[in-house]
Amino acid sequence: MAAKVLCEAGADVVMLEAGGMWDAAKDSKMSAWPYDSPRRGAATPARPFGEFDGCIGGWDIDGEPYTQAPGSQFDWFRGRMLGGRTNHWGRISLRMGPDDFKRRSVDGLGDDWPITYDDIKPYYDKLDRLVGIFGSMEGIPNEPDGVFQPPPKPRCYELLIKQAADKLKITCIPNRLSILTQPLNGRPACHYCGQCGRGCATHSNFSSPSVLLPPALATGKLRIIPNAMAREVLTDDSGLASGVSYVNRTDRRDYAVRARIVVLAASACESARLLLNSKTSRFPDGLANSSGVVGRYLTDSTGLGVSGHIPKMEQSVPHNEDGAGGAHLYMPWWLDNKTLDFPRGYHIELGGGKRSAPSFGVMGGIQRFNGVGGYGKSLKDDYRRFYGATVNFAGRGEMIPNEHTYCEIDPNVVDTYGIPVLRFHARFSEHEINQAKHMQETFREIIHEMGGTPMSSMPSKEALYGLEPIGRIIHEVGTTRMGSDPRTSVLNANCQAHDVKNLFVADAGPFVSNAHKNCTWTILALAMRTAEGIAQQRNQGTL
Amino acid sequence: MKNISRRAALQIVTSAPVAAALVWTPAEAAQAHEHATTAQAQAAKTATPFKPKFFTAHEYATVVVLVDLIIPRDARSGSATDAGVPAFMDFMMLDQPRRQVAMRGGLALLDRLSTDRVGKSFLNASDAQRRQVLDEIAYTTNPDPGMRHAIAFFSSFRDLTASGFWTTKMGIADLQYQGNVFVDEWTGCPTAALDKLGVKYPNV
Repeated sequence: MAAKVLCEAGADVVMLEAGGMWDAAKDSKMSAWPYDSPRRGAATPARPFGEFDGCIGGWDIDGEPYTQAPGSQFDWFRGRMLGGRTNHWGRISLRMGPDDFKRRSVDGLGDDWPITYDDIKPYYDKLDRLVGIFGSMEGIPNEPDGVFQPPPKPRCYELLIKQAADKLKITCIPNRLSILTQPLNGRPACHYCGQCGRGCATHSNFSSPSVLLPPALATGKLRIIPNAMAREVLTDDSGLASGVSYVNRTDRRDYAVRARIVVLAASACESARLLLNSKTSRFPDGLANSSGVVGRYLTDSTGLGVSGHIPKMEQSVPHNEDGAGGAHLYMPWWLDNKTLDFPRGYHIELGGGKRSAPSFGVMGGIQRFNGVGGYGKSLKDDYRRFYGATVNFAGRGEMIPNEHTYCEIDPNVVDTYGIPVLRFHARFSEHEINQAKHMQETFREIIHEMGGTPMSSMPSKEALYGLEPIGRIIHEVGTTRMGSDPRTSVLNANCQAHDVKNLFVADAGPFVSNAHKNCTWTILALAMRTAEGIAQQRNQGTL
Repeated sequence: MKNISRRAALQIVTSAPVAAALVWTPAEAAQAHEHATTAQAQAAKTATPFKPKFFTAHEYATVVVLVDLIIPRDARSGSATDAGVPAFMDFMMLDQPRRQVAMRGGLALLDRLSTDRVGKSFLNASDAQRRQVLDEIAYTTNPDPGMRHAIAFFSSFRDLTASGFWTTKMGIADLQYQGNVFVDEWTGCPTAALDKLGVKYPNV
């Protein structure tokens, strides 16, 4: 996003990409059938979400370790390809609401952002028009509506879920996904194959290489250097950023690009790592880190899922249920935390039915459906009967930054390029654990209301009610947070380093809090605002 | 029938189709049959038999027998071997090496149990004897603590068999999955599907 805005503003931009080039139009396995491969869609080390997935990377990348402090678990998903993790996401494009920018004022926990919803709203609007998003006007105070294309009709079982949600007074509305239901800016509308995650060969959903890079490249101002592993931000005698040094992954040699302005958008933790590794005598604790805050305030969304077997959905009338690549409905946060034993909300993502071709793992654990397992003709009939008769609910909730959750440079370990790696510290507090309990109880209630049975038992408090490890939801933010006080924040309200005025961050690092609204839309809107701010400062001669 | 409650009527409606819905239209049956025969013909055409890279000859022969006991041929589709499941399993053992020990050990456990119960390896046992052994390990409800490891192995083997079978053309046709196609305009689900669930689109 930053490259697009800056190129269009007339800047010459060099983009360092740690992975290779990639174009969904020719590289995606969008329409592959499981039998096109001997592994039938199973995961591979470079594609943990299945071999046809559109994102190369994962939690474990060969030659690029990260470490855990004793007793901590933080799972760090990294993309290594053009567009990075914009190739891996559910296209769930939620705006943060007015309250989400001032949580401390609302409940006394965490901190307020130095900007408000009104500051960022124009960028959300521009983003909606540029990228395209479907949704419905609802007027829910802290779930701001956007500039929406019409949402697709729900699938039949999604209506069944909504029926149960209505009964339980849980808000259930059309989803908000950056998938085109109408053509936009030269991109065709969705063809409803349901395989957004594999990379859309018609560019009908959002990924950076599909939507943002083509106009940036069209300016002739953008140069992309692939396989460039950024190592350090360079500084000059005056303490300003002067460029970035990187390792070329192909020949493993060091190179450097010089620049008047450096914008980091490597992902929250990777950008923090870069700053912490940029140590000089002038900046002994790393660049832009006089506050000591780089790497701190790390959060992920909370997340857990419950599946349910729904007898009503057995022997369904065969039809194409693929739809857009995600749920057509979702449940935004619908309660008031003042009446609950946890301070922040979550939303519910839903799934089920026969939303994509049977793939590796299909109908695994049949004993959870028929109670026994078995073999032979009756088992074969059970597979037919139960296939598609499930729904699943996944909660995505807000985690509050805590002093035990952060990343730092591991004093002993380097990656294969000789670059010191991150060490993670991670811990949930009672806030998240109580919230997880509420998620579990709610999902089970919906499943029961649908006449179904949860397919797992309620996890114990010791098991944190089934919370996924921190990092697993891949919504990590906050490691270079913005603020008005240079003693407690890395960046100012323009996402500009307090210590280094020509250094900016345009990923999720600047987030002050991590609302349960999946972070992509706010990353993009914020990056647009940051880049426009850079252009403006340049034009005014203040930068 | 006049006084039958709506609830009771619903129960009849929802329990009856369990058998009824398994009946295919002639066109569907023909399509599934075609997939099955094509797979069989292809298998027959292959001059050299498949040579496993992970399984020993004895293990592989056991796998061939076991997968067809799990998913046999019936009127609607072919068997697990018709769908090439044993070769798929051999591939997965090399592709996901973490599965190898449990697979090899599980097959050894199966033979040991078979020898104990019927005096023969699973491969050399008769069909009835094989079923006698499976009846002890194929049901997770078996309370015998001595059977837990064999049951765990069989459950995981059954899952892999299902993965190998239902992801083939034959298996996908059998499950009546109808997606992975380009759709011009998404109009929602057909009325029959909505009716079956008792839901409808608002304001239509």
